[in-house]
Amino acid sequence: MSEVLVLVDHVDGAVRKPSYELLAIAKRLGEPAAVFIGGADKAAAAAESLKGYGADKVYVVDDAEVKGYLVAPKAEVLQQIAEKASPAAILIPSSAEGKEIAARLAIKLESGLITDAVDVDANGVTTQSVFAGNFTVTAKVTKGTPIITVKPNAASPEEGAGAGAVQEFAATVSDAAKGAQIVAAQPRQSTGRPELTEAAIVVSGGRGTGGDFDSVEGLADALGAAVGASRAAVDSGWKPHTFQVGQTGKVVSPQLYIANGISGAIQHRAGMQTSKTIVAVNKDEEAPIFELVDFGVVGDLHTVLPAVTAEVEKRKG
Amino acid sequence: MNIVVCVKYVPDATADRRFESDNTVDREGVDGLLSELDEYAVEQALQMKEKRADEEVTVTAVTIGPEKAVDAVRKALQMGADAGVHVSDEAVAGSDAVATSLVLAKAIEKIGQPDVVMCGMASTDAGMSVVPAMLAERLGLPQVTMAAVVESQGDQVRIKRDGDTATEVIGGRMPMVLSVTDQSGEARYPSFKGIMAAKKKPLETYSLGDLGVDADQVGLSAAWTAVEETAARPPRTAGEIVKDEDGSGATALVEFLASKKFI
Ligand SMILES: Cc1cc2nc3c(=O)[nH]c(=O)nc-3n(C[C@H](O)[C@H](O)[C@H](O)COP(=O)(O)OP(=O)(O)OC[C@H]3O[C@@H](n4cnc5c(N)ncnc54)[C@H](O)[C@@H]3O)c2cc1C
Ligand SMILES: Nc1ncnc2c1ncn2[C@@H]1O[C@H](COP(=O)(O)O)[C@@H](O)[C@H]1O
Repeated sequence: MSEVLVLVDHVDGAVRKPSYELLAIAKRLGEPAAVFIGGADKAAAAAESLKGYGADKVYVVDDAEVKGYLVAPKAEVLQQIAEKASPAAILIPSSAEGKEIAARLAIKLESGLITDAVDVDANGVTTQSVFAGNFTVTAKVTKGTPIITVKPNAASPEEGAGAGAVQEFAATVSDAAKGAQIVAAQPRQSTGRPELTEAAIVVSGGRGTGGDFDSVEGLADALGAAVGASRAAVDSGWKPHTFQVGQTGKVVSPQLYIANGISGAIQHRAGMQTSKTIVAVNKDEEAPIFELVDFGVVGDLHTVLPAVTAEVEKRKG
Repeated sequence: MNIVVCVKYVPDATADRRFESDNTVDREGVDGLLSELDEYAVEQALQMKEKRADEEVTVTAVTIGPEKAVDAVRKALQMGADAGVHVSDEAVAGSDAVATSLVLAKAIEKIGQPDVVMCGMASTDAGMSVVPAMLAERLGLPQVTMAAVVESQGDQVRIKRDGDTATEVIGGRMPMVLSVTDQSGEARYPSFKGIMAAKKKPLETYSLGDLGVDADQVGLSAAWTAVEETAARPPRTAGEIVKDEDGSGATALVEFLASKKFI
């Protein structure tokens, strides 16, 4: 069986959940081989966790030559590993960075690229959701090594040890790849809530909150949910851009999405329409968001949400 | 200084977008326009030009697309771009991002040595957000992408952006590929004067032959990916909607959440 490369997404050695999901998909296609590009001191622990989710091999690439630059060096590293390993496919997390790495790699390897897959089957057929979630498309790479970027929640992580053989890989990074430098980075403050794109429940607020997100956040915390926002709320400065759900924000597909004071514009729908269950609270019964909902409340979010929160807390005991 | 802005003509997102029988996007039957996200790229290109009053700066808008796609270039000219290029060729229809980036790269080389290739963050139809990175790879340039704030001085560019895990400042030197988000600042509307002036601006049409690209390198048959099926999402079944009266809405919502095992 051929290897299937999985580019590991991690923060300072801590592997993020989508990487485990990619390993589960890799297993359908061949032998999962994780590619960890990071600090040498973090590699052993990361390799151990990757092994625990089915990695048969872990390529460890020291990031001394990669750190501090955008995208291009990582694409070179993957190219070099791919040329040695001749993998059956290369799976990359579908983040903004992941897609750019994949884009450069596709040109380098003369291989077809599919982005934003929400599923990949054993034959490498991908499923994507397009046009604001109104269409489902299945597709396949027909040239070279299939390069597929996969969205969070496309598969469930599968615990179970792989062979986990660690292989140090010495990659060479060209000077040309170092043209864009990260001059400064301010890590995001943890909100203590789940990551928006990974959360099982998302509670979000729009212009209808009038800037007061307390009741939205109260409900989110009662449900253990992530908090999202519409662009109107972000543009008003009520929440940072990283909270934005929609076409130009995050695309989420949780088990439950609760939209509060959000009208349901097409660009917002593009970011949440594929959620399993959709609930809305809006005081305008004509709001287009109600066309999407499984359950809707026509009412003022400032009175409805605190009452819901209190009842949820009571039932939790 | 040469700034090339890549603008795409896309089906209107608020219209009924659909696929053709060969699974390509219907670009003729649905009203189209300059992708809103590329308006931000045009705006940043114009601002860069305006800040360099003591330099000669040319902003050229380029698009690849069907006959009507020239409208996207016209709009850019009306906003203030100096020149336009429309790559139009039957053979291009159905091209994937890989082929689009090839043709764009050749067109940019023909326009002249660029200092900045400015792109939008994503096209509003395909929305892959990969063409800028592919262009950078093909042109051998650094890429500085997803800028929310753009600053430049001489050949140095600094941007600020909201990354997935951090807010970052990225620096690079021209020539480069730069992409900007819808956070980068409202795009201007064409003024009456701008609309009149646009009529006199140079607008060239290139064929694939002009760019030295073979017809069999592009189009649906040359794509490195193949769509197997497209299916409209089944409409969501109408949900239950209740009116809140004296707290009844909250009670009903809690019951709903409990019935779905969310609490
Ligand atoms: C290129 C482009 C990209 C875009 N990308 C995005 C994106 O990524 N995400 C996004 O969200 N938008 C995006 N938009 C903007 C989008 O078109 C809408 O303008 C935006 O989603 C509206 O936000 P909203 O629903 O919060 O505000 P509004 O449309 O103003 O709706 C507010 C709603 O709140 C209700 N309301 C008011 N008070 C109360 C109350 N007390 N209780 C209950 N309900 C109340 C009102 O009835 C109304 O329905 C984009 C637009 C463009 C052009
Ligand atoms: N056909 C095209 N013509 C001109 N520019 C394009 C075209 N397709 C994509 N682009 C540019 O590449 C950016 C990203 O597009 P995409 O990768 O399709 O999401 C767009 O915002 C445009 O700036």
